[in-house]
Formats: sequence, C-alpha cells, structure tokens
Amino acid sequence: MSDTPLLELRAVSRRFVKHPDAAEKLAALLGASVHEQVVSAVDEVSLAMPAGEVLGLVGESGCGKSTLGRLAVGLHQPDAGSRWWRGRDVAAMPAEEQRATQLAIQMIFQDPYASLNPRLRVEDIIGEAPVVHGIIRAGDKKDYVAGLLERVGMDPGLMRRFAHQFSGGQRSRIGIARALAVKPQFLVCDEAVAALDVSIQAQVLNLFMALRQQLGLTYLFISHDLAVVRHISDRVAIMYLGRIVESAPTGMLFEQPNHPYTQGLLAGMPQPGQRHTAYVTIKGEIPSPLHPPGGCHFHPRCPRAMPRCALEQPALRQIAPLHFSACHLNDAG
Amino acid sequence: MTQPQTPQTEETPARRIATDFAASHLAVAGLATLLLILLLALLAPLISPQNPYDLAQLDVLDSRLAPGAQSGDGKMTYWLGTDDQGRDMLSGIFYGLRISMLVGISTTLAALAIGLAAGLTAAYFGGRTDSIIMRVVDMQLSFPTILVALILLALLGQGTGKIILALVVVQWAYYARTVRGIALVERRKEYIEAAVCLALSPLRIVFRHLLPNCLPPLIVIATVQVAAAIALEATLSFLGLGLPITEPSLGLLIANGFSYLLSGKYWISFFPGLALLLAIVSINLVADRLRDVLNPRLQK
Amino acid sequence: MSPQLLSVEGLRTHFFTRHGVIRAVDDVSFSLERGQIMGLVGESGSGKSMTGYSIMGLIDAPGRIVEGRILLQGRDLRTLSEAQMQAVRGDRVAMIFQDPMMTLNPVLRIDTQMLEAIRAHRALGHRAALAEAREALARVGIPSPDERLRSYPHQFSGGMRQRVAIAIAMLNKPDLIIADEPTTALDVTIQGQILHEMQTLCRESGTALIWITHDLSVIAGLADTISVMYAGKLVEQGAVDAVLSHPAHPYTRGLLRSLPANNNTARGQALQQIPGMTPSLLDLPPGCAFRTRCERADGACAADPPAVHRDDGRSLRCFHPCDDDTRSTLAVQSGAPGPP
Repeated sequence: MSDTPLLELRAVSRRFVKHPDAAEKLAALLGASVHEQVVSAVDEVSLAMPAGEVLGLVGESGCGKSTLGRLAVGLHQPDAGSRWWRGRDVAAMPAEEQRATQLAIQMIFQDPYASLNPRLRVEDIIGEAPVVHGIIRAGDKKDYVAGLLERVGMDPGLMRRFAHQFSGGQRSRIGIARALAVKPQFLVCDEAVAALDVSIQAQVLNLFMALRQQLGLTYLFISHDLAVVRHISDRVAIMYLGRIVESAPTGMLFEQPNHPYTQGLLAGMPQPGQRHTAYVTIKGEIPSPLHPPGGCHFHPRCPRAMPRCALEQPALRQIAPLHFSACHLNDAG
Repeated sequence: MTQPQTPQTEETPARRIATDFAASHLAVAGLATLLLILLLALLAPLISPQNPYDLAQLDVLDSRLAPGAQSGDGKMTYWLGTDDQGRDMLSGIFYGLRISMLVGISTTLAALAIGLAAGLTAAYFGGRTDSIIMRVVDMQLSFPTILVALILLALLGQGTGKIILALVVVQWAYYARTVRGIALVERRKEYIEAAVCLALSPLRIVFRHLLPNCLPPLIVIATVQVAAAIALEATLSFLGLGLPITEPSLGLLIANGFSYLLSGKYWISFFPGLALLLAIVSINLVADRLRDVLNPRLQK
Repeated sequence: MSPQLLSVEGLRTHFFTRHGVIRAVDDVSFSLERGQIMGLVGESGSGKSMTGYSIMGLIDAPGRIVEGRILLQGRDLRTLSEAQMQAVRGDRVAMIFQDPMMTLNPVLRIDTQMLEAIRAHRALGHRAALAEAREALARVGIPSPDERLRSYPHQFSGGMRQRVAIAIAMLNKPDLIIADEPTTALDVTIQGQILHEMQTLCRESGTALIWITHDLSVIAGLADTISVMYAGKLVEQGAVDAVLSHPAHPYTRGLLRSLPANNNTARGQALQQIPGMTPSLLDLPPGCAFRTRCERADGACAADPPAVHRDDGRSLRCFHPCDDDTRSTLAVQSGAPGPP
C-alpha cells in the first residue's frame, strides 16, 4: 500500500465571476466605478484523501464545502490548481482514462427529492449507466439492479416503481444504489443525510459504514452536523468562507480544537445532554462572499483577534502531528 | 398551504393524471366534444352528403337555401342549408373541420419539434449558443403574428402546406422560449448533475433526462396552441389568404356568409362559426384541465 | 384566571383525500401554562405541524378539525367565527414558520409589514407604531433597526429574516407563540443565537412557546416539557429532563439512541437504529402504530394504547413502557447528578 493518496486536490480554487454587462461597461466609461464581482467559493484548498479513509468536511452555509465536493467529483472544473487521482493529474489524462476516473468517483446528493429523475423507473435510474458503459450487458440489468437494491436494504420487487412513490429515506438508498452501480472507489456525500428524519438518518449512516467495510470505499463526507461527522469520520476538516481553517484526526479535533472558529462551533453544538445552559454563540454572521474580510476571513467575529489578523492571511500550518490549523495565534508562543 | 405529507401510493403517473382529469365534468365534456370533432374530421369524406370541393357537384341554382331544404333534383336534403355557391353547409363544415384539425395539429407538432430543439440546445449549452438562438427568437416574437403570416402567405401563395409553413414560422419561437426557461431550471437539478457524474453523454442527458421532464408544461401549451393555430388559420382564410376558394375552410365559409348575416340568411356564417367555436372551446377546456392536473404545485 | 393558558383536548384533524382519510392529528391532548416552553417533537408525518396549524385555525380543505376542544384562556377557539379567529391570530396567538418568506411579503418593506401587523389589532398612531416596531427589531438582536426598517426582505440573510419574523410575532405581545421548525434551515451558529434569544424573550415577557421540531438536541436546551408524536398520536409527554434521561416510550428511546451525539456506541460502530419505516398514514396497522417497529411489542399491542397519566407527571401511550428497566441513556451535564 503506497502513500499516494487516492484522491488529492492541490491548491484548487473555484471562482464565480460576474462580468459587467453592456450597461455597466458604459457606466464605467462615463466614470462610474464598476468592477467585476468575484466570489471565491473555494480559495486555494489542498486536500489529500488516502484510500479507505473517511474525511469529514464541516462548515456552515456559504463556506464552499458543496463547491469543493463538486470539484472533487469533477462536476466543476477548478479555475486554479489540479486534481490528482492515484498520483496522476486528471486533466492530463487521455479521454478514456478520464471517463474511467469519472466513474470511480461518485456523488451522493443532498436532496432525495430532486436527485432522482422523476420520469424514470428505479431500474432505469440505477441500471442505465452500467449498461451504457458496458459494465453489464443489457440482459443482466434486472438481476444487477436487484442485487444492488438488496445491498442497500431495499426490496428488489420495487424496481419497476417511480421515484415519487418512495419516501425520503428510500430515495436516499436508491441514490446510493445508483452510485454503487458503476463500481466506484470514492464517494463524495454532499449532506447526504441532512434532509432525512433522525431515525432514517441512523439507518443510512449505518449503511454508509457497512458499505465502507464491504466494498473498501473511501468517503468525503460533507455535512454541517458536527455530531454526525464525529461519528463517521476518521479525519475532519473545517471550512470557512472558501478556506480550510483546521484539519485533524476526529478525536483530536473534538478534544483539542485549535482554531477559534472550530472552538466556537463545538461550543455551540446543541447536545441532548445539555439542559438550559446559556448558549455560547459566535457573534455576528457569515460575511458576504462578495466582500470577504481581508486577512483572516474570520477576524471580525473572532473573540481573540489581533491587529495582524486583519492584514495577513494565516497559512495552514502543522501544529501537532497530523493536526493543521490556520491561525496567527499559533505563531505567538 | 397546510397539507400533510401525502403518503405514497401505487398509481402510475398516467393513471393519476387520467383520474384527476376526469374529476372535472366540464373537462370531460370538452374532451368528448373534441373527440367527436376529430372523428367527424377524419371521416369527412365518408359521411359528407356532398363533396364541396367538386365543382361539378355543385348546383348554383341551389344556392342560399334555408336549412332543411331539398336540392333541386330532390336527391339530397341540405340539413344546414347552402351557401352562395350552392355548397351544402353540412359537408362544408365537415371538410372545414378536417382542414382546421389538420392545420392545427400539424402546425403545433412541427412548431413544437423545432422549438424544442432550439430551446433545449440554448439551455443546455448556454453561452454564445444561447444568446444567438434567443436573439433570433426575440426578433421573431416581436413581430405581430398575423402580419408575418399575411406577408408569408402573400409570398408563398395558396395551399394547405403553405398555410402550415407560415403558421409554423410564426409559432416555433414561442415554444423555444418556453422550453428554454423550463430547461434552464431543470438543468440545475441534482438528477442532471447525477447523470453528468455517471459520465453519460450530453446527447443522452438532453434527450433521456432533460427532455421528458420539460414536457408536462409543454403539453399544456401545445394544446392551447392548437386552438390558436386553428383560429389563426380561420382568420387568414377569412381575409382571403391561404386556401383557394374552391377548398373552403371554416374561415372562408364564415367570410362568404358575412354579407348575408343581417339579411336573414344567417346559416351561411352561423353554422361554420358555431363549429369553429365548439372546436376551439373544447380544446381550451381540455388544455385548462390538463394544466391543473399536470401542475405539481397544485398537487400538493 | 386559570394558570392554564392553553388546553388542547382530544384534538382530531383529518384530511379527506381521494385515497382515503388521513388522520393527521389523532386524539391529541396537552396543556400549557403561562410562560411555559413545550417542545413538540416528531418526524415527518407525525402530525406535529398539523397540530400547530390546527390551533391557529389554518387547516384548509380537504382537511378539517373533526373533534376536540382548543381552549385558550377558557375560550374554545373552535367555536369562534372566522372574524373572531382573525382577531385572535397575530394578537393572542402568533406563529413562526420554517421559511421566513411565508411570513414576509417580498414586495413590501419591513416597516410596512410590521405596522400592518400592529394596526390589524390596535389603533395606534403611525409614530407610536413605528417606535414599537423599532424596539421589537432591537430586541431580537438586529443591528441598526432604523435602517433595517426601510429595507426589503431580500436584503436580509436567512437568519435575519427569521429574526424579523420572530419580531413580528412578538409585536402584539401574544400569550402564545407556535414556532414550526424555525431554525431547521439555518446554520448551527445562527440557530444557537436564535434559540438563546427566544428563550430570553419568552422568560421576560411570560409568553408561552410551542417549539415544533424533529431535533431533540434543540429541545434539550430550550424547553420545559416535551411531547413526542408518532403517526398522529401523542405517545409521550413529560418534563424534558425526565423524558430525555429516562424515556418511557420505546419510540422516544429509539430516537434518542439514533442520535450520533448521544450514542453509547463507539465512533465508527453502527448506530442503534429503529428498524423499518414510519407506516403510511393511509395504511396504519390497527392498535399501536409503532407496533411494527418495536422490539417490545406483543399481542396486547393490537389494541390502541390509551393515554395513561402517571404520578410522576409523565403521560404515555404504551402497554410496555421501558423506563422500568432502562438505565439512563444520557449523563445529565447540569443539575442533579445522574443516576447510577
């Protein structure tokens, strides 16, 4: 087993640019100050995911974790940086190999209602891609789909039904079966359990863990729910406004959080064991990604901000074995 | 607003649509009328007492006879009277409906096909392709439909095929714009992203995944547009363009009888007018109900 | 005046659909005192939102409240005419929805909407009403309220909009607020802020609160009592500490055990789960609806369990409650030391 990570993102960025339209360009000619509006959804993020590991990616809305997930899967192309699969640059691969890579990295989506084609029967939702790519022959489709449905805990007799005839939890399972049908090695789960009821969530999380054992899968598990991430991940990375602010093995992150944002998130986490405590909250709100604060993005809300934090972006540095954090406070001592 | 989570049932979408549709008596009546009209139109050559296109069969001495009158040679009864050429109104209406249905349906199908292709292409590929196609659509839509149709027909001449062509040119842009709007929304949905993830080809995604999900609103629009095409064709014929006088459509029949309306010979305009009205109203009733039934938001 | 602000007795709300009758709320009874915060917990299809709408009188066809009494300070809301109910809504009872855009009109400014809410119930001059609106916004933690009053909803973030919706709900100082999953769509940090503010506001003004949610962790920190719903029925009620540390109903216990935060199992091991799925409301098994998923079910459960009120204040619908033999599933972190 080599040290090469299975999937690696190197300094990837994804920017959404709104160019001035004709009217605005005219205004600029006349002296108005009109600029392109740039949102850096993902700002020079590097992640290495070794085979067999579950990496939890946590952040609040607008932090860019979904965009990062889509960069990992290949739904978006990075504007800067590169994506490496098994030690090779995906962009440099020939078309045939790129397709194979695409099939090896699959995504489980958040919304069980929007992620299944309402016009197709379940057997086609799951069975279309493997037949098209020659993984199975058209005649074997029914048996193959039956096997997959059983694997995700559903009755194979239901495969002639349409998506709308199933509950949210069942639709999640169908989505998982669809991803498994092309025999992936890496799964990106984008808030895959967020829309589910608590009791179904437990079932689907158990399914993820069982599949990991049975099929040797690697996961990038994106979520805003710290409790879920803590349970399922080997390693956790925290994102804020497009940047990774801290990453560490799960136990270490939850017991010794280093970055003030992480500390704030953990302190504010509602626990069933807590009773009527005063809520410790991070003050303020996430700033607009159009105008991120200079220097460290978090400094306006940080209880321990220093003057340096407004000027200089802290680099993600190793502060302990396997523990990385991007905070100037670590340089002080 | 306050609806509980609807439990899942075994119905196929088709069954549910049919049941919901049938819940409105008015819509069912409209559908029945429409089917009757289609049947009459289809069987027109077989059931008409007279072939109104065959000039040899017409006897000008029989012109302007009241409904129920006998023909001069006693061989047939003019159930709805005759027009100023001696044409049997009933036969004229059957054949007229035939033309109306033919023109309405062919126009709609052709315009839908072209509009779909243009709209889907614009939505899926975006960027410059989108801009170019949509500017063409905008230009097309900024001209009044009757004006364009008139000009085209004046240039093309007469004949059923030419009317259909003119109407298609006028109608395709509306579909293209509508399809593009719907496809833009559908394209962002996660099941399309999933299809891209699964490395399916763009062609397959557009036709197998995107297109079927854009259809329900289009079915409603197309149904309404059939009525619009029929009305447009009748208008053009009324104005004397499109079809030759020897092959009267409902519009032409109405035009013929226009001058007699106030002098007591109402039947020459009235009955074709009534037939046209029934055709258009029944189509609109069906389309209206379909719109309610196919609208997912109204389902919840 | 009785201390009981709200008393819901035997509420049944049914929906008469083409496929059959959906008993969305089935014989639900509970009561609330002034200033009390009750958490109404359940998963989708449990009837918790429908209970809230029923109290507000917002049930539309094909649904209907078929039975029961909703006593607000002794007055049965079901006997009121629509005009009388309108006088109650927004004044004595207010509702906060999951999506703040269900409260806010996107084409009207905030001050217009708030003044509308005030003037619907009280004859107040423009300046006085504006002053109240400004104060309400400040109380929910919105900075520079004067400027915000002149803004439109789309100029606020999601969390801010929800705060505005809460401010509107509190304008006329209602006796009761029903909050239907108001923080579910918001980030954890914003949720924390809003929970904190709601708690303070309710304590200060003595407003009772029904907080409808599926998130048990939120209830733990916020509520005094908890009511758990399943398939339209209220299966367990009691003081929050007691229910969360010693759940009596197998469903409540199963729910608590499913939470990763709460799990006794080690990280990476399978979570304890409730097997199966919520049955379709059209197709409920006779007797206890949880029967098909319960490890403690037996033949007796084929009969409908009645609501039993115990001496310890707990109310329960179960023939085989599990707090006889269960150990504490949680360590209580504040207050009395946990049981052995």
